[in-house]
Amino acid sequence: MLRYIGRRILILIPTLAAISVITFVVIQLPPGDYLTTLTAQRAAQGDSMPTGELARLTERYALDEPVIVQYWQWISNILLHGDFGESFDYARPVSALLAERLPLTIALSVSTLIFIWVVSFPIGVYSAIRQYSLGDYGFTFLGYLGLAVPNFLIALLLMWIGLQFFDLNAGGILSPEYRDAPWSPAKVGDLLAHLWVPIVIWGTAGTAGNIRVLRANLLDELRKPYVVAARARGMPERTMTITYPVRVAMNPFFSTIGWILPGLIAADAITSKVLNLQTTGPLMLRALLAQDMYLAGAILLISAVLVVIGTLVSDIALGWLDPRVRLRY
Amino acid sequence: MEEPLLTIEGLRTHFFTSEGVLKAVDGVDLAVPAGKTVCLVGESGCGKSVTARSILQLVDRPGRIVEGSIRWKGGLDLAALDPTGEEIRRVRGGEIGMVFQEPMASLSPMYTVGAQLSQALRLHRDLSRQQAREEGVALLRKVGIPNAEQRFDAYPFQLSGGMCQRVMIAIALCCDPALLIADEPTTALDVTTQARIVDLMVDLRAQNDMAMLFITHDLGVVAEVADEVAVMYLGKVVEHGTAEKIFNDPRHPYTRALLRSIPKLRGGAARRRLTAIRGMVPSLRQVPEGCSFHSRCDHAIDGVCDTTAPPLKRHGEAHLAYCHLDEVPAERLDPAVQVTGRSAVEEAEPLLRVEGLAMRYPIGGGLFRKPAGFVRAVDGVDLTILPGQTLGLVGESGCGKTTLGRCVARLIEPTAGRILYREESGDEVDLAAVTGARLKAYRRQIRMIFQDPFSSLNPRMTLQQIVGEPLRTSGIAGGSELRDRVADMLTRVGLRPEYMQRYPHAFSGGQRQRINIARALITGPRLVIADEPVSALDVSVRAQILNLLTDLQEELGLTYLFISHDLSVVEHISDRVTVMYLGKVVEDADTAGLYRRPRHPYTEALLDAVPVPDPALRRERRTPDTGDDLPDPAAPPPGCRFHTRCAHVRPESCRTDVPELRAYGERRLAACHHAAQLTLAGVGSTAREVGTGG
Repeated sequence: MLRYIGRRILILIPTLAAISVITFVVIQLPPGDYLTTLTAQRAAQGDSMPTGELARLTERYALDEPVIVQYWQWISNILLHGDFGESFDYARPVSALLAERLPLTIALSVSTLIFIWVVSFPIGVYSAIRQYSLGDYGFTFLGYLGLAVPNFLIALLLMWIGLQFFDLNAGGILSPEYRDAPWSPAKVGDLLAHLWVPIVIWGTAGTAGNIRVLRANLLDELRKPYVVAARARGMPERTMTITYPVRVAMNPFFSTIGWILPGLIAADAITSKVLNLQTTGPLMLRALLAQDMYLAGAILLISAVLVVIGTLVSDIALGWLDPRVRLRY
Repeated sequence: MEEPLLTIEGLRTHFFTSEGVLKAVDGVDLAVPAGKTVCLVGESGCGKSVTARSILQLVDRPGRIVEGSIRWKGGLDLAALDPTGEEIRRVRGGEIGMVFQEPMASLSPMYTVGAQLSQALRLHRDLSRQQAREEGVALLRKVGIPNAEQRFDAYPFQLSGGMCQRVMIAIALCCDPALLIADEPTTALDVTTQARIVDLMVDLRAQNDMAMLFITHDLGVVAEVADEVAVMYLGKVVEHGTAEKIFNDPRHPYTRALLRSIPKLRGGAARRRLTAIRGMVPSLRQVPEGCSFHSRCDHAIDGVCDTTAPPLKRHGEAHLAYCHLDEVPAERLDPAVQVTGRSAVEEAEPLLRVEGLAMRYPIGGGLFRKPAGFVRAVDGVDLTILPGQTLGLVGESGCGKTTLGRCVARLIEPTAGRILYREESGDEVDLAAVTGARLKAYRRQIRMIFQDPFSSLNPRMTLQQIVGEPLRTSGIAGGSELRDRVADMLTRVGLRPEYMQRYPHAFSGGQRQRINIARALITGPRLVIADEPVSALDVSVRAQILNLLTDLQEELGLTYLFISHDLSVVEHISDRVTVMYLGKVVEDADTAGLYRRPRHPYTEALLDAVPVPDPALRRERRTPDTGDDLPDPAAPPPGCRFHTRCAHVRPESCRTDVPELRAYGERRLAACHHAAQLTLAGVGSTAREVGTGG
């Protein structure tokens, strides 16, 4: 097992290097460099760049050096100083912008993942064991609904319901009166009251997908000879189902960690906008629209790294869970 | 008379599907006396497994026991119990143990075999974890697993199929059941492993003094184990009697037909055409009226058999048959096949010569890793096939026969060696050196028939597309000519040309294998490589396909390379046989000579393992037990590769020197250091007879 983990981590290094190069290429893609964009924007606003400032930025990003040096400058700043460059759009360091938004984003992502697991596991098992029962059809219907309806629509619906029936402003992450207040039990309560909305919205599609996958997998497993064999040695049905087929059918739960996490971090800008959530999604959207490439690049890099780490986590989890993965690899 | 342990009366298990009710078991009466072995035989689809599963209430939805009783020990009616209830669970595993067909799949891959064994133990017996472990290791030892202590902590996928089946037997026996139900326990295993597992089960049955209900379609195995035999056809028991009666005096035409359709080891006697049963087992949706076998019976009486259910007739004590006829007329044996012109052919130049062929596969390895070693699947093999003959290639699974076949067909590229193929013009070409587009011409002349009739046909193509594809891709024919040729070929293999627009799913296993043969023969090949073409088929269908292959060979002058692990099938069809072990040829001889008097101990072991369908020839204890497992092909034993399992191993040279393939007499080769001194037992002879006689 240790060897397995060690090898997975060793493979990470070239992967991460490749990701950083691709991200850097993306940053470089728009015509001109950071400075021309910046000067052009200042000029549009009627300002002109002070020469000293220009020289400082050229020096900082090594813009008059060859591309390789520029790349080295960029990546070493990130690795050694946590400096992702500057966002010209916000005129602030990218790292500061990310520090504001990443914790909430990650917290939301992780809670969504847990929500997906907690809800989809029992429903998936139930749907498989009671295949074609009323409950199975009901959950299947809800599942397809969850898969088919776009998230922002659910968001709008929930906000409307919240406002209409519970007098609750579902937008944002805190009610206005707590926004600047110091942390208190009441504020935590308020946070939780708001938090469930995005979690449910983001979780629906994942939950529905997971239910389908678990149901299909478990149905396959339930027909395997080892299930009959276990029954034939007199195991009680419930213990047998949990110990044998369910354990095998659970694999996709872990193998999908890799893409559920980053998907939530980068992709769902629209829902965040609708709900007025300060996550990295809208930040990324705006950065791309404004060609704020250091910011966009930083978010891209972080998402890509999260994909890689997520995959590592799911690989390790699978190795721990499934002896076939652990011993045959 | 003593009350039987298990009495089944009028059992009906039906499946309620959307297409109607399938009567899988339709009125079965069966009794299993204490301490006896009852065999349940019949082709697939006859309801053997469903009967067995009904006993333990293991029939899955939409199946249900609708009628009948299953009396256990004269009291409890198992058929009336709730399938998920407490009572039936006490019987399952506690009083009746069960072993299944696919040993590997019957164990969960997520837990060690020990964990599954101790769970079964602790389910029915009040044991602590530690006690369960000790008991479990003792059980593993009892079922003949070496290093039981370590194997206890192994996962199923780390063990071979034979080992897994031993574990399953240990689990089934863990609570000392009074009855063991074995559902085709050896069907998925190699012939040598099968022999050992059958021996083990026979021994354990005697030791524990339990009864056994043994389900199989292999009449050879039946002859080895059975005290009583029940023959099933379409959900009913059609004949029941002692093993002697069933084999020597079968009364039901179906039993007779089954017995005649199996190729028997004949030890060099003249080859006879197999008498196949007509057609195949009808679908449960269309069970024939009257006697359900009348549609395939040679003795059916019009107006009786197709209208009235046959009465039960007693033929002496404990021998029952359901048939209208009092006495079934004896069937005429087909005359021995005339082997015409074969001796003349022997002078001919070989069609194919394989020289020093090797194929190795890397183990592990990847982008950042060096391979950990190589599996030498085929390791320096020489072969010769004369035109118009059939060369049988035998060996256990993992010995490289399939890889060899695929190399010759150039489906894979061999690592080394030459494949010399003689073209019609008489020139020899080295196929191993031909690559790319130039191979196309030879792909027409060398064709392959695959093992699995279900996965080797594309389900999205019609018969015309499947069979005609080789013609299209090699540009031989198209349009209406293609249609005509496909229709002609389908007729030749015994399928109606009207089927051309149908898809493979509409056909049964035997018919699919005919399609497979048609696809192989459509280009007019000269050499056909048949890789286990009948292993996946039922006995009666197997006989039909073997007869078809023989007929086509004579008609079209084909040369076959026939790969199989079934020695009786190989003997039936081959002129010459090559035996492989761990990538090397160990013996190469004419069929009769090889079967009558093998020269290599491995051939002897293989022959010895073949179950003979005659209870009178039931073997006593055979060659000493040498472990089921093929050594790891990545690290073959030094010296003679077979020495780890050889019954005749001698201290000198076997363990150190690699034996060369040497000639012993005319046209026979063997790779054994002691071939000249050893007298080995073949078919119809024991070592002693050979020893005194020769």
